[in-house]
Amino acid sequence: MTQSVVIQVGQCGNQIGCCFWDLVLREHAAVNQKGIYDEAISSFFRNVDTRVIGDGGSISKGKIRSLKARAVLIDMEEGVVNEILQGPLRDVFDSKQLITDISGSGNNWAVGHKVFGSLYQEKILEKLRKSAEHCDCLQCFFIIHSMGGGTGSGLGTFLLKVLEDEFPEVYRFVTSVYPSGEDDVITSPYNSILAMKELNEHADCVLPIDNQSLFDIISKIDLMVNSGKLGKTVKPKSLITSNAGAFKKQQRRPFDAMNNIVANLLLNLTSSARFEGSLNMDINEISMNLVPFPQLHYLVSSLTPLYTLADINVPPRRLDQMFSDAFSKDHQLIQADPKHSLYLACALMVRGNVQVSDLRRNIERLKPSLQFVSWNQEGWKTSLCSVPPVGHSHSLLALANNTCVKPTFVELRERFMRLYKKKAHLHHYLQVEGMEESCFTEAVSSLSALIQEYSQLDATKSMPVEDIPRLSVAV
Amino acid sequence: MSIVTVQLGQCGNQIGFEVFDTLFSDSHSSQGLCSKKENEAYQASCKERFFREEENGVPIARAVLVDMEPKVINQTLSKAARSGQWKYGEHACFCQKQGSGNNWAYGYSVHGPRNEESIMNLIQKEVEKCDSLSGFFIIMSIAGGTGSGLGAFITQNLQDQYSNSLRMNQIIWPYGTGEVIVQNYNSILTLSHLYRSSDALLVHENDAVHKICAKLMNIKQISFSDINQVLAHQLGSVFQPTYSEEGSFHYRRNPLGDLMENLVPHPEFKMLGIRNIPQMSENSLAYSTFTWAGLLKHLRQMLISNAKMEEGIDWQVRPPISGLPALGKMSLKKELRFNTSIANLVILRGKEVQSADLEGFKDPALYTSWLEPDTAFNVWKTQRAFNRYEKSAALVSNSQFLIRPLDMIVGKAWNMFASKAYIHQYTKFGIEEEDFLDSFTLLEQVVSSYSNI
Repeated sequence: MTQSVVIQVGQCGNQIGCCFWDLVLREHAAVNQKGIYDEAISSFFRNVDTRVIGDGGSISKGKIRSLKARAVLIDMEEGVVNEILQGPLRDVFDSKQLITDISGSGNNWAVGHKVFGSLYQEKILEKLRKSAEHCDCLQCFFIIHSMGGGTGSGLGTFLLKVLEDEFPEVYRFVTSVYPSGEDDVITSPYNSILAMKELNEHADCVLPIDNQSLFDIISKIDLMVNSGKLGKTVKPKSLITSNAGAFKKQQRRPFDAMNNIVANLLLNLTSSARFEGSLNMDINEISMNLVPFPQLHYLVSSLTPLYTLADINVPPRRLDQMFSDAFSKDHQLIQADPKHSLYLACALMVRGNVQVSDLRRNIERLKPSLQFVSWNQEGWKTSLCSVPPVGHSHSLLALANNTCVKPTFVELRERFMRLYKKKAHLHHYLQVEGMEESCFTEAVSSLSALIQEYSQLDATKSMPVEDIPRLSVAV
Repeated sequence: MSIVTVQLGQCGNQIGFEVFDTLFSDSHSSQGLCSKKENEAYQASCKERFFREEENGVPIARAVLVDMEPKVINQTLSKAARSGQWKYGEHACFCQKQGSGNNWAYGYSVHGPRNEESIMNLIQKEVEKCDSLSGFFIIMSIAGGTGSGLGAFITQNLQDQYSNSLRMNQIIWPYGTGEVIVQNYNSILTLSHLYRSSDALLVHENDAVHKICAKLMNIKQISFSDINQVLAHQLGSVFQPTYSEEGSFHYRRNPLGDLMENLVPHPEFKMLGIRNIPQMSENSLAYSTFTWAGLLKHLRQMLISNAKMEEGIDWQVRPPISGLPALGKMSLKKELRFNTSIANLVILRGKEVQSADLEGFKDPALYTSWLEPDTAFNVWKTQRAFNRYEKSAALVSNSQFLIRPLDMIVGKAWNMFASKAYIHQYTKFGIEEEDFLDSFTLLEQVVSSYSNI
């Protein structure tokens, strides 16, 4: 079994990360009743005897003593990380795995990337090497950050190059929160576009998220729960936005609900690698199957169900509803409509009491309403994990490599151009050493090239599928 | 003579478990419907082939379990141990930490050479525990990364190291509507490599077995476990003991060798399929009776109309009238109506097996012109009933029925290859476009050869 290391960068990254660690502990506590340190838990945690000073404390088997997250926490301000270290999860983090500064990046990608990048490069490398040493077989880095700010965006993407050089064989999965339309950071388009170039070049897989979609999902849930239609019959732990039963019992902060959704995304993404099932799907299979061309590695995700009703018996119709919902635009974690765009590939990762016949039946049922690219007409990757998420009997994570990401990028470029044309706030960036206007133009080119690829694919959408002539052999 | 089974990847290991479980529970079943002496001979023969015994212990499967990540093997070992009836050898498994990522190139070019020595050593140890080795079963899927890529590598190694022993690969054909996106690439690479290093490919199609579960077994929520059990039943119906020439109480010693001799007369034609009859849920079984005439009539029609199970058989299909010129090249675009065979093997198990009339299978019209029906058709029998069916028949066939599935996979892989999608994932590990082209060429040749028999 392999291990993964989570690198949470910036305020957004650390807040999401915190929710993630909370929920993953809850999940393992539910599965691992006997408190034995097993391979599943070791994928995200080390088992440490805290009485031992220094590095010798790792325990590989037996009872769980103290779990330490395989995480590196990076922030150029102290507020968020300090809060984490004073909160109920403080014992989960190894204090040696933090990198903080005081002044913050001022919502400036250049400061995060160039200034703090070079300042902390050595330290970052040191922490990463340490965390890799603690792994038997490190498979993946999960980077969590936002695109619109300075630290997550700038330093977070600086990291990618470092990871690629230092650990070329380890996958880099990036969960990126894109700025919504009404973002309050004026320079977020600059930061995002500059960051996009790095994601294009150095990430293996990107899972774009935007706050608006998360917010819409929460509103939808609130509406259902409070409308009285369901009322008390929703199981509290099952809400995709909740952390009921987890460690953080403090008063819920405004972004917690949204962050829990992202945390659940990561949990479900790795569930089939951690837990057993009749058709396993490891993390390396995600990029193998969903990335047909190296540049096209942006995956739109959706999670269903959003909550579970307290009924014990789930008739097949409700199970089928779960599959249908996964393709609806209301359930996607970015503003996107995969049903009306072109699929390059699609993965369905199912957890819980679902069998292969349910999977096949739903694929057959939904296929006709979806458009797949001509060379991948049956582009489905499926997995079945026996362990459901806490509070659910089953769940589905759908990952789509679909041209429906294009509008997000196009809009981002438009917002960028509005600012850039007027050179607004540009001086904040150019005054940072190493930054030139060419950084901006290159970044926009990179994004435009990507958009162009998606456009070309979209153009093939309505064309009839032609069979390419086969090799003819002598009889 | 014994058969050593190599279980590869998640699929291979999950199926392998069901196979040994079925073989064991059938050989120890009390519903053999025969004399005690007969039953004992049957049991002993099954044991010689598939199990070995250590002192004071339960029988140990003659198997080596290989996977590149530990979860499935751990599960398989504990399932076997839990049964209390049989188990796997303590040191019979080889595991790594990180899987092949559904990447044939990774399985073949990275895991293969890296772990070659360890895996071959394990196999060697198991072989040494056989008095006499007939050959190998290699159970693998062709859609994934480990079973397919590492499986191809290991089969090649077995060819080099044990050239006098036979290699039969049990290959699992993936669902047509996709379980792995790169399944067609992985499949063509596997098939082309196996064609050079395997003696026979016994093909099990997920789609076909799934339909059997749905329509014949009446299972509502079909799991992989259900599918694997049907598959195991099919395999058991072929490889459980059957009489040698001497008849009752004497079981044939080298089923693998005999099967190869009967069914693979020419190395260009090595794709085999299984059909069996009857197949039903245990509940229905209690209320059913069968006649050999009925069973064989259905089985024959399943053969000539290319039906995968006994429901929905097209009775309109008839063999061409002998004497008329043979049909020209079969157009793949049309529905392939009549299924021509190169060779067939029918295996009968159960009551009154001596009275079964097999003349229908000896019709020369069923076969190609270059083999006499006497050579092309063979029968194995035993009075000992199999797996609670009072009468059961299996057909192992080397015929045209795999043309369609093979052609489809080659077509889809070719389409994807033309766009170069996913190729970078393979070239990363040393499998170049050339290698793909070689595979396409070989398989187009196979399709063409089978179409023209």
